[in-house]
Amino acid sequence: MNQKTLRRRLQPAVSTLPRMAPRHGSIYVHQMRVGPGPILLIAGLAVALACSLMACEPRQPGVQHGSIGAVQTIQNIGSDTLVNLALAWAEAYMQLHPEVRISVTGGGSGTGIAAMINGTVDIANASRDMKPEEISAARANGITPVEFVVARDAIAIIVHSSNPVSELTVRQISDIFTGKTTNWRQVGGEDRPIVLLSRESNSGTYVYFLENVIRLGDPKSRLLFSPDTLLMPSSEGIGTEVRQNPNAIGYDGLGYVSGEEKVVAVAQDANRPYVLPSVVTVNDGSYPISRPLYMYTAGEPGGHIRAYLNWVLHDGQASVLRLGFVPLR
Amino acid sequence: MSYTGKTTASRPHWTEFFVESLIRVLGFSTIGFVLLIFVFLLREGLPIFFEVAPGNLFGALWYPTFNLYGTLPLILGSALVTVMAIAIALPLGVATAVFVREVAPHWTREILKPMIEVLAGIPSVVLGFFGMILVAPIVREFLGVPTGLTAFSGALLLAYMALPTIISVAEDALDAVPKSYRDAGLAMGATQWQTIWRIVVPAARSGIVTAVMLGMGRAIGETMAVMMVTGNAGRMPLSLDSLFRPVRTMTATIAAEMGEVARDSTHYHALFGIGVILFILTFLINLAAATSIFKKRRKGGLR
Repeated sequence: MNQKTLRRRLQPAVSTLPRMAPRHGSIYVHQMRVGPGPILLIAGLAVALACSLMACEPRQPGVQHGSIGAVQTIQNIGSDTLVNLALAWAEAYMQLHPEVRISVTGGGSGTGIAAMINGTVDIANASRDMKPEEISAARANGITPVEFVVARDAIAIIVHSSNPVSELTVRQISDIFTGKTTNWRQVGGEDRPIVLLSRESNSGTYVYFLENVIRLGDPKSRLLFSPDTLLMPSSEGIGTEVRQNPNAIGYDGLGYVSGEEKVVAVAQDANRPYVLPSVVTVNDGSYPISRPLYMYTAGEPGGHIRAYLNWVLHDGQASVLRLGFVPLR
Repeated sequence: MSYTGKTTASRPHWTEFFVESLIRVLGFSTIGFVLLIFVFLLREGLPIFFEVAPGNLFGALWYPTFNLYGTLPLILGSALVTVMAIAIALPLGVATAVFVREVAPHWTREILKPMIEVLAGIPSVVLGFFGMILVAPIVREFLGVPTGLTAFSGALLLAYMALPTIISVAEDALDAVPKSYRDAGLAMGATQWQTIWRIVVPAARSGIVTAVMLGMGRAIGETMAVMMVTGNAGRMPLSLDSLFRPVRTMTATIAAEMGEVARDSTHYHALFGIGVILFILTFLINLAAATSIFKKRRKGGLR
C-alpha cells in the first residue's frame, strides 16, 4: 500500500514523457531549426516533473457538497483497524440511500487525519484521538476537527495455540514488550525466548498499546517498545507469525483475531480477575485494554455527511458486533 | 549521414532534424530525470540534517513517533542484508554462469537462459509472501532461532532476486573472453576445469565484479520482500548472532512509514533523509560497477 503511494507520486512524471515529447518537439524544432529546441523541451519536461513531484498534490476528491440531485459523495479514509467496519457501514448505507456514494480507504489513522487536515477527505477514521500537533496543524489550515466516537475496540493479546501461558497482567505485558522479560519461563510458560510482534509505529494500535499498556497509562513514562520488537506491516503479518511461531506474542484489534491464535486473559493488576476480551467484558469495562474508535470531520458536518454520521451512531451500530468490534450501547 | 542524392531529395531536412533532436532529447531526459529526482530528494531530505542533532540522527534508536531518529541501525541493517545476499548469490551466480556458458551443451543452454530470465520477472511481493509463509518457518526450525523473520531470511530472498542479474552479466563477461584463450589452455594440456578456473574466469574478472555490483545495487534497493521477511526490528545488528535476528532496512522503513507521515514534518524529512543516504549508496555502488566496465573496455575486455 505504501509502495503504491510512492509510485503514485512518481508515475505521472514518467507517463507524461512519451505524450509530451513529440508535441513540443514538432513545434519548437520545426520553427526554429536550431539548438534551443531540446533545451526548451528538457525545461518543459523538468517543469512537468517538478510539478508532478511537488505542487500538484492529490486534488480535492469528489467533495461535491453543493451538487443537488446528482450523486453525493463521501470520502472516508483512515485507520486500518476501522476499515472493515467503515466499509460495512458504507455498503449498508448506500443500499438505504442510493443517492449517496461513500468510498472507504484504509492506510492508517495518521493518513486519514493528515488527509482531513489537508481538506482532501470528508471523514477521517482513527483508532486513536488526534494528537495536539495534529489539531494545531488543522487549526493552521483553518479547520476545526470534530470528533465522533463510533464504536469501541478491544486489543487482544495473542500467542501461539500451543503456548501454556493463558493469563497475564498488564504490567507483565509491559515488561514483555519493553524487553525486561525475555523468556516465557518468567511468566509461567516453557523455557523459550519471547518474540515480540507489533504493528508499525504509525499504526494507531501501536500508539494506543504503547501509551496504555507499555507505559501503563502514565503520561510521564518514557518506556518504549524493545528495539527487538518486530514491526509488522499488517495485521495479517502478525497473525501469520503468531500462528507459526510458538515463541511469539503479538497484539491486535479483537476484530482481527481469527480462531487459530490463542487469546490471553488480561488483568489490570494481580489482585484483579483475569478477563478475556469479549463484547460483554469491553462494554462493562472489566477488560482492561479497550479503546474508542473515532471518526473526524473538518468542522461541524452538514447535509449528507451529518445524516450519514447520525445513521452510523444509531442504526449503524447493529453491524458493529458482527465485525468483532464492540457497539456503543 | 551518407545519403544518396535521391534519398535527400525525398526526405526534407526538417524531418531528419526532428528525429535526431527527439532522440537526443530522450537520451538527455533520462539524465535530467535522475538529476531532478536527486534535487527533489535533497530538497525534502536535507532539512533533517539541520532539524535533528547529529547525535540523534546517527544514534542507535529509531523511534520516529518519539523524535528519536537514529538511522544507524537502518543503515547497518541494509548493509548486513545486502552483503549477506551477495555472499550467497556470488558463488551461485558465477557457478551458474560458468555452467551455462562453458559446460552446458547447446540445447541445455537454450533452455536455461530463458528460465533464468523468468526468475527476474517474479514480483518481489510474491517472493516476500513465499518467504513469510515458507522460508521463515524453515529458517526458524532448522537454525533453532527465536523467529524466522531474520536478516538471513531476507538475504536468502535478496540473493534469489540478485541471481538473474549476476548470472546474465557474468555470462556476458565470460562470453567476451576470446576462444583463443580457451584453445591455448587446452593445448597446454590443462583440463577443462583448469582452463575455466585459472584462465577464463580470471580473464572475465572485471565483468564479474560488475555483475556483483549490479546485483548489489538491485539488492540494496529492494523493498517489499525485505519488509515482509526481515521482521523490521530497529535493533543495532552488532552482536555476532545479528544475522539470525530481525533487522530493519532503510527501504523497508521508508515504505512502511511514508504512507502515514504528515507532510513536511520532521519524520517526513527524516524518511527523505534516508532516501538521500540510500540514493548516494546506490549511486556509489553503480559508479563502482561503471568504473570496472570502463577499465575492462580500456584493456580490451581481457582483465
